[in-house]
Amino acid sequence: MSAAAVHSLWTTAADPISKIDAPKIEYGQLSPTLIIVGAAILGVLIEAFVPRRSRYHAQVFVSVVALCAAFAVVVALAADGYGTTKAHIAAMGAIAVDGPSLFLQGTILLAGLVGLFTFAERRLDPEAHGNRVDSFAAQAASVPGSDSEKAAVKAGFTTTEVFPLLMFAVAGMLVFPSANDLLTLFIALEVFSLPLYLLCALARRKRLMSQEAAVKYFLLGAFASAFTLFGIALLYGYAGSVSYATIAQVVDGTVTDVDPALANTMGNDALLLIGGAMVLMGLLFKVGAVPFHMWTPDVYQGAPTPVTGFMAAATKVAAFGALLRLLYVVLPGLRWDWRPVMWAVAIVTMLGGAIVAITQTDIKRLLAYSSIAHAGFILAGVIATSRDGVSSVLFYLAAYSFVTIGAFAVVTLVRDAGGEATHLSRWAGLGRRSPLVAAVFAVFLLAFAGIPLTSGFAGKFAVFKAAAEGGAGPLVVIGVISSAIAAFFYIRVIVLMFFSEPRPEGPTVAVPSPLTMATIGIGVAVTVVLGVAPQYFLDLANQAGVFVR
Amino acid sequence: MSFPLLTATAVLPAVGAIATAAVPAARRTAAKWLALLVSLATLALAIVVLVRFDPDGDRYQLTESHAWIKAFGVRYELGVDGIAVALVALTALLIPFIILAGWHDADPLETGSRRWRPTQGFFALILAVEAMVIISFEATDVFVFYIFFEAMLIPMYFLIGGFGDRAHEHGEKAAATQRSYAAVKFLLYNLVGGLIMLAAVIGVYVVAGNFSLQEIAQARADGSLHMATSTERWLFLGFFFAFAVKAPLWPLHTWLPNAMGEATAPVAVLITAVVDKVGTFAMLRFCLQLFPEASKWATPVILVLALISIIYGALLAVGQRDIKRLVAYASISHFGFIIMGIFAMTSQGQSGATLYMVNHGISTAALMLVAGFLISRRGSRLIADYGGVQKVAPVLAGTFLIGGLATLSLPGLAPFVSEFLVLVGTFTRYPAIGIIATFGIVLAALYTLVLYQRTMTGPVKAEVAKMPDLRVRELVVVAPLVVLLIFLGVYPKPVTDIVNPAVRQTMSDVHQTDPKPEVEAAK
Repeated sequence: MSAAAVHSLWTTAADPISKIDAPKIEYGQLSPTLIIVGAAILGVLIEAFVPRRSRYHAQVFVSVVALCAAFAVVVALAADGYGTTKAHIAAMGAIAVDGPSLFLQGTILLAGLVGLFTFAERRLDPEAHGNRVDSFAAQAASVPGSDSEKAAVKAGFTTTEVFPLLMFAVAGMLVFPSANDLLTLFIALEVFSLPLYLLCALARRKRLMSQEAAVKYFLLGAFASAFTLFGIALLYGYAGSVSYATIAQVVDGTVTDVDPALANTMGNDALLLIGGAMVLMGLLFKVGAVPFHMWTPDVYQGAPTPVTGFMAAATKVAAFGALLRLLYVVLPGLRWDWRPVMWAVAIVTMLGGAIVAITQTDIKRLLAYSSIAHAGFILAGVIATSRDGVSSVLFYLAAYSFVTIGAFAVVTLVRDAGGEATHLSRWAGLGRRSPLVAAVFAVFLLAFAGIPLTSGFAGKFAVFKAAAEGGAGPLVVIGVISSAIAAFFYIRVIVLMFFSEPRPEGPTVAVPSPLTMATIGIGVAVTVVLGVAPQYFLDLANQAGVFVR
Repeated sequence: MSFPLLTATAVLPAVGAIATAAVPAARRTAAKWLALLVSLATLALAIVVLVRFDPDGDRYQLTESHAWIKAFGVRYELGVDGIAVALVALTALLIPFIILAGWHDADPLETGSRRWRPTQGFFALILAVEAMVIISFEATDVFVFYIFFEAMLIPMYFLIGGFGDRAHEHGEKAAATQRSYAAVKFLLYNLVGGLIMLAAVIGVYVVAGNFSLQEIAQARADGSLHMATSTERWLFLGFFFAFAVKAPLWPLHTWLPNAMGEATAPVAVLITAVVDKVGTFAMLRFCLQLFPEASKWATPVILVLALISIIYGALLAVGQRDIKRLVAYASISHFGFIIMGIFAMTSQGQSGATLYMVNHGISTAALMLVAGFLISRRGSRLIADYGGVQKVAPVLAGTFLIGGLATLSLPGLAPFVSEFLVLVGTFTRYPAIGIIATFGIVLAALYTLVLYQRTMTGPVKAEVAKMPDLRVRELVVVAPLVVLLIFLGVYPKPVTDIVNPAVRQTMSDVHQTDPKPEVEAAK
C-alpha cells in the first residue's frame, strides 16, 4: 500500500459508513486455499467431536476430498485462463493469481495428496494390542518410554491430528508462492512451518530422535523467520510499503513521492540490500540451500518418514515459488546485486550437497543431502532470469516432488524389528530378496541422478538449458560435475541393493496397503512419463512461466 | 507414410526385452529361445535395411522425423548413412551369437530358488542394450543420440555387475567384489563422460537453437551458423571426451580391462564389439560434422593419444596373465588404430577405420567367445593354468588360433585390410605416426602368438586332460564368425562399397582432400 493509499484510507474513515468500500475479495479464485483451510478446521472439529474409532476414517475422507476438490478448482481456474490472460492480483493486492501460482498450487496439492496416502498407511507396523498403527506416536504428549505412553499404545490411541496439521501446512504452502506482499508472505511462511515443526516430533518409533529433530527444526526455523521478518521491516522502511509492486517500483525509481513519515529512510539502498538479503535468507533456509542447510539432514532423518517425504517435496515447491516471485517481481531491478550472490549460493549448494552426501550411511540423511544438491540445480534455473528459467524451475519442482515422495515411501517399506531399517548397510542385497521394491527404488535413484528417460533428466536438462541461455555457462559446467559426483552415491545404493550379498538377519519388506502402493505407483508413473514424453508438461510449465506484476 | 524401418530395428529388440523379462520364472529355456528369436528377427530387419540402402543415393536414407519435445527443440530424427548401416548390421549380426554363447551363463547356481530371475534378466538386458545401441547408430538428432548413449549404461551396468564371470583365482567372494568394482568403474567413467557431454549438448542448443545434425551441419557449411573458435573448441572437447571414454582412448581406458575381465565372455564381447563402437562411430558422425574446424585443431593431440593407445595397449597385453584382460588390452590397441584412422583425415584412413570397426567386432567376438568356452571348461582365467589344449580339443584350439591371427591382422583375414588402410591413410599425411603405429602390429603378433603358445601347445596339463572339444552350440557360434573373417579378408568390397560414399561425405564436411602423391616433389 502506498503512502497515498494509506492516507486516503484514513480520510475516508471519517466519512459516513456507507462510503467505505468493502474489501473486494475474489473468493472463487482463492477457493483452493479456502477449501483446504476449511478442511483443516473441519479436521480440528472432527478431533473434538467424532468418536475415537471413526476419527481416522473421517479425517482421511475429509482430507482426500478437500485436496481433490482444491485441485479440481485449480485446474478449472487454469482452464479459465487465470494462469495466462486473466492473471491478476486478487484480494486487495495480497495474492497473485497467475501461471506460476496455479502451477505450483496444483503441484503442492498433488504432492499433498500422495503424501497423505503415506500418512494414512496403517499396515506397515505390526498391530499393537489388536489395533492397527500408523507412523505417528500414539499420544504425542506422553514422555517417550513412560507408563503413560504404554497406556496410550495399549488403549489404541492414534494421533489423527496429523491430518488437520497436514491440511494447515498445505494451506500455508498454497499461499506462500502466490503471496504478493511481504506480510502475506510471512504469514504463509508461519502457517506452513508451525504444523511441520509439530509433525516432525510425532514419530511412533525413535521418538527422542524425532523430538530432537523437531526442536532443531523449530529453533533454526524460528531464527530464519525472525530474519525474514526483520528483512521485511527494513524493506518497508525502504519502500514505504510491503506490496511487491510498490517495492519493485521504488527499486526501479519510478515512485518519487516520499512518505513524510519515512522521509529519512525511503530510497536508502542500504536498507534495500540488507532487507532483501534477509528475506532471501529466510527463503533459502526453507529450500535448504547451503549455507542455510544445516537443519536438513537431522530433520529429514528424525521426522517420521511420511512427513519427511511430504516436507522434502512440498516445502521445496512452495519455497522456490516464493523465491522466484521475490526475485522476479520484487527485485528484478536489483538483478546485478543478487545474481552474483545467488551464483555463489548455487555453486556451494550443488557441490556441497553432492560431496557431503558421499559420506552418508543413513538412507534418509543421504536423501537429505541429495535434496540439497537438487536445490542447487534448481537455483541454477532461478538464476537464468528468463521465462525459460521460470518454466524450467516449475517443471523441475513438479518432477522432483513425485520422485521424492515415492522414494521416501519406499524407505517406509524396508523394516526390521526396530521399525524402518534406514542404515545403508541394512539395505545390502535387497535386490535379491525383493527385486520389485529394489527395482522401483532404483528407478527413483536413477531419476535423482538424472539418467535419460527419467523425469530427473528432463528437469535437469530444462534448468541447465535455461541457465546456459541466461549466460550462466560456468554454472552449468559445475552443475554437471556435481551431477557426476551425485551419481556416485546414487549408484552406490543400487550396487548395495543388487550386487551385495544379503545379510542373514536383514530387514524385511513390509507389504503395504493400497495407499502406499498408490503413492509409489504414481511416483514411478510420473517419473517415467515426464522422462519419456515431457512435452505436454513442459508446455504447461512454459504457459505458466509469467508472473503477474 | 512408409513403414518406419529404422524405428522397427530398435523397437523390436526393446519389445523383445520386455517380453523376455516377463517370461515366468520356471520357463527359463523359453526365455532364452524367445531372446534368440527376437535377435534373429532383428538381424533380418537389419538385412532389409542393408538391402534397401543405396550406397550412391542420398546421404541419409530411410529417414524418419517426428516432433518429440518441442520445448527443447528435439525431434525424433533417424537416418542412416553407409557407416551407420554397416554398424547396425554388425550389431544385429553379433547379438544372436552373444546370446547363443551365453546360453548357460545366467543359469541359477542352485535350483529351486525361484524368486530372483537372473536368466530372464540376462537376456532381456542384452536385448535392451541392442535396442539402444542400434538407435544411437541411427539417430540424427544430437539429443536423441545423447539420451540412448547415456541410457545404455544402465543395462550394461547390470550385465557386468549382476552376471559376472564366476571364475576367479581367489574364489567366488573375490569375484563378486571385483565384479561390483568393475561395474561401478564402468558406470562412473562413462557417466562422467556423458555428463560432460551433456554440458556440450546444451551448449550446441544455445548456439544453434536445435539439435538436428543435418540442419546444424548444413548451417555450418553454408556459413549461416557462426560459431566462435573458442566455443567450437570447447563444445568439441565436451563431445570428444565422452566418446574417448566410451571408445576407449588412453588415458581414459582403465575401465575396460576391469569390465571385460569381470564380465562373462559374451558380455565382454557386447562391451568391446558393440557398445564401444558407438564411441568411435560418434566421433565420425558428430565430432567431425558438427565441429570440423575444432576437429582439425585437435587432430595432432588426438593422433598422439591414439598412438599411445596402440603401443601402450599392446605392451600391456603382452604382460597380462589373464586371458580376458589380454583381449581387453588388445582391444585398446585396436581402438587406437580406429581413432587414428578417423583423425588422419584421409579417405583411406576413414574407410579403414569404419571397416576396422566391423572387422574388430567380428574378430574380437571370435577370439573372446572361444576364450570364454575355454575358460568355462577349466574355471580359470589365468594363462598359466592352461597348456597343451590343442591335443585335447583341436577344434577349440584351431578356432582360437584363427581368432588370434585375425587379431594380429594376418593377411587373408578381415582385419588385415582395415589395418592396412588405416596405416596407409595415416602415412600419407603423418608419416612418422604411421611408422610408429606399425610397431603395434609387431606387438600384436607377440601377444597373440605367446598366448596361443602358452595355452594351446606344449605338454598337456593334468587339469585340461579331460577337456571336451567344442559342442554343437559352440560350433554354431564360432563357425559363421570364422567364415566371415575369411570372406571379408579375401573380398572386403561389399563393406567398402557401402562405407566409401559416406566417408567421402564426411571428408568434405571437414573440408579435407586426400594429399596428392608427392613423387615428383621427392626428387
